[in-house]
Amino acid sequence: MTVLNPQALRRAAMRARIVVVALLGVLVAVLFRAQVLRSSDWLLQSQSNRLRALTVPVPRGVIRDRAGRVFADNVPGYSVSIVPDRPDSMVSTLRRLREHLELDDVRFEELTAQARSGPPRPLLVSIDAPFDAVAALEERRSRFPRLLIESRPKRRYPAGGVGAHVIGYVGEINESEVEAREGEGAEPGWIVGRSGLEAQWEPTLQGRPGIRFVEVDAAGRIVGSFAGVRSVTEEPGTDLDVSLDLELMEWIDRIFPGGMKGAVVVLDVETGGVLALYSAPSFDPNVFAGVVERAEWDRMVRDAESPLYHRAVMGKYPPGSPWKLATAAIALDLGVVTPDERLPVPCRGSYTFGNRTYRCWDPEGHGSLDLAGAIQHSCNVYFYQLGVKIGLARLLEVGNRMGFGAQCGIDLPTEAAGNFPEGPEFWNRRYGYSPREGEALNLVIGQGPNDQTPLKMAQFMLAIARDGSAPAPTLVPVETGGAGEAGWRLDIPPEHLEQVREGMRRVTREGGTAYLSSLEHFDLLGKTGTAQSGGGRPDHAWFTGIAGPYGEPPEIVVVALVEFGESGSRVAAPLVAKTADFHLRGKYGIARDTIQTLGEYLRAGRNTDWARAPRR
Amino acid sequence: MRTLLAPLWRQPLVVVLLLLSVFGVGMIYSAGVLEVPSSVTQGLWIRQAVFLGVSVAGLLIVCRIPTRWFEWAAVPLYILGVGVLAVTLVEGTGSGTAEGIESFLAIGGFRFQPAEAAKISTALALAALLAAREEPPLYLRDLLMPAAVVGLPLVLVLLQPDLGTALAFGGIFFAVIFWAGTPWPLILFAASPGLGLVLAFSLRVWAAYIVLLAIGLYLYRFRIYLVESVAVILANIAAGAVAQPLWNSLAEYQRNRLLVFLDPELDPRNAGWQLIQSKVAVGSGGLFGKGFTAGTQKRLAFLPEQHTDFIFSVVGEEFGFIGTSVVLVLFGYLFFRMITMAELAKRSFAGLFIFGILGVWLTHVFINAGMTVGVVPVTGIPLPFISYGGSFLLMSWMAAAVVLALATDDS
Repeated sequence: MTVLNPQALRRAAMRARIVVVALLGVLVAVLFRAQVLRSSDWLLQSQSNRLRALTVPVPRGVIRDRAGRVFADNVPGYSVSIVPDRPDSMVSTLRRLREHLELDDVRFEELTAQARSGPPRPLLVSIDAPFDAVAALEERRSRFPRLLIESRPKRRYPAGGVGAHVIGYVGEINESEVEAREGEGAEPGWIVGRSGLEAQWEPTLQGRPGIRFVEVDAAGRIVGSFAGVRSVTEEPGTDLDVSLDLELMEWIDRIFPGGMKGAVVVLDVETGGVLALYSAPSFDPNVFAGVVERAEWDRMVRDAESPLYHRAVMGKYPPGSPWKLATAAIALDLGVVTPDERLPVPCRGSYTFGNRTYRCWDPEGHGSLDLAGAIQHSCNVYFYQLGVKIGLARLLEVGNRMGFGAQCGIDLPTEAAGNFPEGPEFWNRRYGYSPREGEALNLVIGQGPNDQTPLKMAQFMLAIARDGSAPAPTLVPVETGGAGEAGWRLDIPPEHLEQVREGMRRVTREGGTAYLSSLEHFDLLGKTGTAQSGGGRPDHAWFTGIAGPYGEPPEIVVVALVEFGESGSRVAAPLVAKTADFHLRGKYGIARDTIQTLGEYLRAGRNTDWARAPRR
Repeated sequence: MRTLLAPLWRQPLVVVLLLLSVFGVGMIYSAGVLEVPSSVTQGLWIRQAVFLGVSVAGLLIVCRIPTRWFEWAAVPLYILGVGVLAVTLVEGTGSGTAEGIESFLAIGGFRFQPAEAAKISTALALAALLAAREEPPLYLRDLLMPAAVVGLPLVLVLLQPDLGTALAFGGIFFAVIFWAGTPWPLILFAASPGLGLVLAFSLRVWAAYIVLLAIGLYLYRFRIYLVESVAVILANIAAGAVAQPLWNSLAEYQRNRLLVFLDPELDPRNAGWQLIQSKVAVGSGGLFGKGFTAGTQKRLAFLPEQHTDFIFSVVGEEFGFIGTSVVLVLFGYLFFRMITMAELAKRSFAGLFIFGILGVWLTHVFINAGMTVGVVPVTGIPLPFISYGGSFLLMSWMAAAVVLALATDDS
């Protein structure tokens, strides 16, 4: 038995108390620091711990035509992503996901790499999971605890291929774009416009996704929504109303020669608004709305028909005879000719300039013609003489002023400029010789180093239909922010311009090259063209027309180009006539009919008295 | 019954323990209130309440056992306890949240932790050993036997491997030799190899420490045999030498626990997770807490082991600094009460045993509460009377019963 005296005991007890107080005091002090002094920091951390910012997807703006018909809207879709975790478990989740979601090997490898090295943010597996896969995954929630299935709007193009080129399509944002658009809150999984109006109006259509805070548990499962912390209110994309006429484009799609390639452009004369921008063949933009199958994409890109190619604004073709109207306009602008003037050399089937003979298309010859007659008969000899009068330098100068070497400036992300010599030095640069004066004789009839897009030819027609000036064609009316800068202006007296139109009018009159494309109710003015495509292939078929009610100023411009269509009068002219008739009948409340042109009336055995009766 | 219980209610010790235990049942109830359904934690408070009832009944019985019996039974109970611990090493199983530590023994469907009972029997044996001495241990060799008595069960527990419980055995040893009147330099020298082990992480720090130790031994040279001084130095050098191999032999999770104690962000997903989440829970509780059952970290399952080792974090999150302080003050009161009981005990055996139990509980409280705020490394050690655990609660109450029996023995 130890012998501790009471005093020693008391001292030991005192020391023991001091130890107890010291130890517990340390705890209380540390707790005071954590819970009182630094509590707000920890509280913040407790919130960030359990609150997760989720993006609230916003629907992309709807694209509607002039009558409110829908080109592009949204339907509910589902995205599947994996909440950040240890890379190994993310990859294992990914592997198990393959039982339910279609993931090709390439995509799987990409996602695996992202999970292993990417930043710690949700791994987006699919932006467009099929409904049955989503249902299957929801049923197996316990097997996929860190899966995030969100509903997000998916792009839909109800019109399918009609307007696919001009409306464009969408696709998933890529990494560099995410960085570039960080300020807008861009993040992987965003769907952005890839071409056409979808790309042109991307920020407007996109809107701004909101941020919602949800409470999650330690495993990342969402427990509930949380309203207390700052959140960003979403701004849905702004709808886009375009000048296009979906019904008209569907009609063009119906009447465009089957299996042929080409383009049709329809402009409204008063505003320069684009009523139709059609390119064949087309593609289904809905294919791009989700995750694009690589094979499908490859197929489309490699397709010999180039369905993705927007021929109306990107395709460049030798303009052929319709460009004679440009020659006429340049001559009138320069004042080297008056419309009534008959040029000195009557057409005998050819024209000799220098030591070369230039042929007219009709070896019989057209005799002595005024401007309107030359246009009606598309007489080369008349225009050769105009070319000599204008001279190469001035032809190039005014041609460039009219924009034949430039873009139209339409409000689309891509547009080809025409090929037109910027000046005489072009020949030195390109061919290594100084141009002879005779070069002009090729250019005046739309041959030579001159390629134009259907849209450019339409813009030129717009100037003819108006007062010699033409604005840039627009898809979105200027008031709402479309590209509205003025195009160009020719200095041609109105009565001279009317003479040009008179020549075009006679093209669809008896004896004109497009007589069979004349219309009962509307005055179609135009110019056929059969342009050499080179390489021994069939010629391209052109018809550049303007139309309106008889006796009234023209209201629409219609330009059609059919690649290798062989004949402007047989292939392109009826296409333009039927397009113009469809639109104008709708506009003036005349019942629409599939029998429209004189040729169709004749084949259908209908009364064609109107074709011979004097009009206007 | 009334007459049987009445004197007990007047015992402040019992009142404090009841307060802590009932509060514990409440916290275990709260620990089961989760947003994420978990079959493990729901309804545990009912089991704990039942065990509390059993414990109180046990206390009524045990505190009436004649105190002599405890002294007589000390050695057989100690041998039994060590034997069962040895069996546990072979037959033991892990349990629930401490799957890796095979500390449970199942007998007829009832699972318990032999180490909890062994703490009491070891305290009894140590108290008996030192009470038999005529004078306080004044030389290191006087501490050899006591160290062996505690060392045997301690090593067995360490082999489970249960570091937390092993530390509690260390608590018994130092508390008892302190109360036996061992001079404090001697206690420090006895503890020095442990310190040497920890400081060995840096050679420079460790060398400085050995120099300080040698100076200390030199100053104390008149009260210590030279051979003992040499032994202390050698023990420290040995501790420093085995530190690296010992570190390498640790399981990775154990190493990580020690590393994340220094820097939780080292491994925030795994080893550092518990510490970070616990700190967030406690810290976000603030002064007044988020309210009973309303702790968000706990509800959303961020807080690990919220009903056992980290129950104090739930207290901190839901009752704030007020709550944690009150709990610590209650423990403080309990410890003061026990010190007074030891002081007033008629027999030195009683005082030594009370200090043994005090050592256990103080170690548990300091390590458990300390790890929730990062004062000590995360060690799997429960908070007495509050953490969930049937056999732990029962054995704590049994220890209290013996303390009460010995303290109220007037013979």
